[in-house]
Amino acid sequence: MASEFRLILKHADQPGYTPDMECYMRHGGYEQLKKAFATPARDLADGKKQSPQEVVRDEVLKSGLRGRGGAGFSAGLKWSFVDRKSGKPIYLICNADESEPGTFKDRQIIHKDPHQLIEGMIISCWANDVKLAYIYIRGEMPHGAKLLNKALAEARAKNFLGKNILGTGYDLEIHVHRGAGAYICGEETGLIESLEGKRAYPRIKPPYFPAVLGLYMCPTIVNNVETLCHVKHIVAMGASEYAKLGTPNNTGTRIVSLSGDVKRPGYYEIEVGKATLGEIINDPAFGGGLRDGRKLKAIIPGGSSSKVLKAGEVFKLKRKGADGQMTAVDVPLLDLPYDFDSLQQAGTMSGSSAIIVIDDSRDIVDCLANLSEFYAHES
Amino acid sequence: MTFSVPAILEAEIDELITHYPVKRSASLMLLHAIQEHFGHVSREAIEWVALKLGLQPINIYELVTFYPMFRQEPLGKTHIKVCRTLSCALAGSGVLRDHFCKKLGLDSHKHGAQTTPDGKFTVEFVECLADCGNAPVVMVNEDLATKVTASQADQIMSKGRAN
Repeated sequence: MASEFRLILKHADQPGYTPDMECYMRHGGYEQLKKAFATPARDLADGKKQSPQEVVRDEVLKSGLRGRGGAGFSAGLKWSFVDRKSGKPIYLICNADESEPGTFKDRQIIHKDPHQLIEGMIISCWANDVKLAYIYIRGEMPHGAKLLNKALAEARAKNFLGKNILGTGYDLEIHVHRGAGAYICGEETGLIESLEGKRAYPRIKPPYFPAVLGLYMCPTIVNNVETLCHVKHIVAMGASEYAKLGTPNNTGTRIVSLSGDVKRPGYYEIEVGKATLGEIINDPAFGGGLRDGRKLKAIIPGGSSSKVLKAGEVFKLKRKGADGQMTAVDVPLLDLPYDFDSLQQAGTMSGSSAIIVIDDSRDIVDCLANLSEFYAHES
Repeated sequence: MTFSVPAILEAEIDELITHYPVKRSASLMLLHAIQEHFGHVSREAIEWVALKLGLQPINIYELVTFYPMFRQEPLGKTHIKVCRTLSCALAGSGVLRDHFCKKLGLDSHKHGAQTTPDGKFTVEFVECLADCGNAPVVMVNEDLATKVTASQADQIMSKGRAN
């Protein structure tokens, strides 16, 4: 039977756990930053040498970490695209513009454990030679912005930020930047335009790949809140141990936001692919099933931008057979493992890992009209 | 009346500008600071922010008209934003908004933000507030109210009336 596996939200809901520095330090806070700073350089088999920063970047790549914002792209690969030879500063932006309908996972991290995000961010910035970074938080989270500002001030006071951090010679500043209620700011080039003080119109790719021409036309990394938190745990566990969490090519944990017609809506952290859609919706440890007397009509599996799946659908998934050959296997909707690849093969996506459940009392046209109105308003 | 920014707010604004290598980037943060203080962003405020950042007023005006959170007119003292997107809609946010409108004498068939004649309340439908597990959610000024029932809505309104 599937169960929660809390890595990112390990402490967040523990009684007495508070979002301040003192509490975070009591729970081993900023130890992984120190560990990252102490990473030894590595000699590779081909005679080349990896700097400590390159080692951490390589660990993130080998961990298999995929972006938790929506696209599910390899975080390590994204970092590898950064133009490090341009001579321009490299920027990092944490995308905290959580606004994909159905999604409320980053909210938990920001409000309950902001230092975890900041520690993950400092490690990520250091590994990528970033000296100035921003947290772009959606405008409708004013308390979250205040909490982050307080946490950043606490981190400055401890010299985890600022000049010559912990005597390493490394300088970094992080600022909070508030959006003002436009969904399009969640798209990374729109977000960059917004951070430059403009309307958040997305840029055309190519040529404006953020890794090369991002903020102020400089190389820029844009990572989701949850993604940056995972970096801390990759440093803590090492890439190979981390990659044992979840399933192959779908490593680590993910916070799933569950809403709509279930008994227990809420957020549940799972090992990626270790729980099925059916388990997340129906198990007592998760959604607890639909309300009594109701039947499933449809599932929106990965935020409102993902393709809606109908109750009773059966999908053809590629699976490795006993003979090692790939074969197509029939997988009913509720047996779909909740991971990046299975949902993609089912013709939809896990997106921002937000599941909205729709029962048989609903008119599907009404539901989709509601979402169409959202997109009409936001475009 | 001439537009003037108190020294303490201007000091806050000057500090915000230092966060960015390019001044223009501070636009949204300045507009937030102005709106929090004055309740809205007036034409004079737009010109003031533009001057502060070495920009043309149009550069700021186009932000105020693009980003839904900025408003050019004062709103009610208690600003009630009811989430209308799917998860909240499934949990009855349409009925909830109607309840607010009815109790406050506003027209629930009208689109957009509506303010009561006494200036005490503004009610509007907004898009996803990112707390769908606690649907229906309502933002009351800066605070988020979750799993809002009709009786909680009544409490929100009686608190607002006392303001």
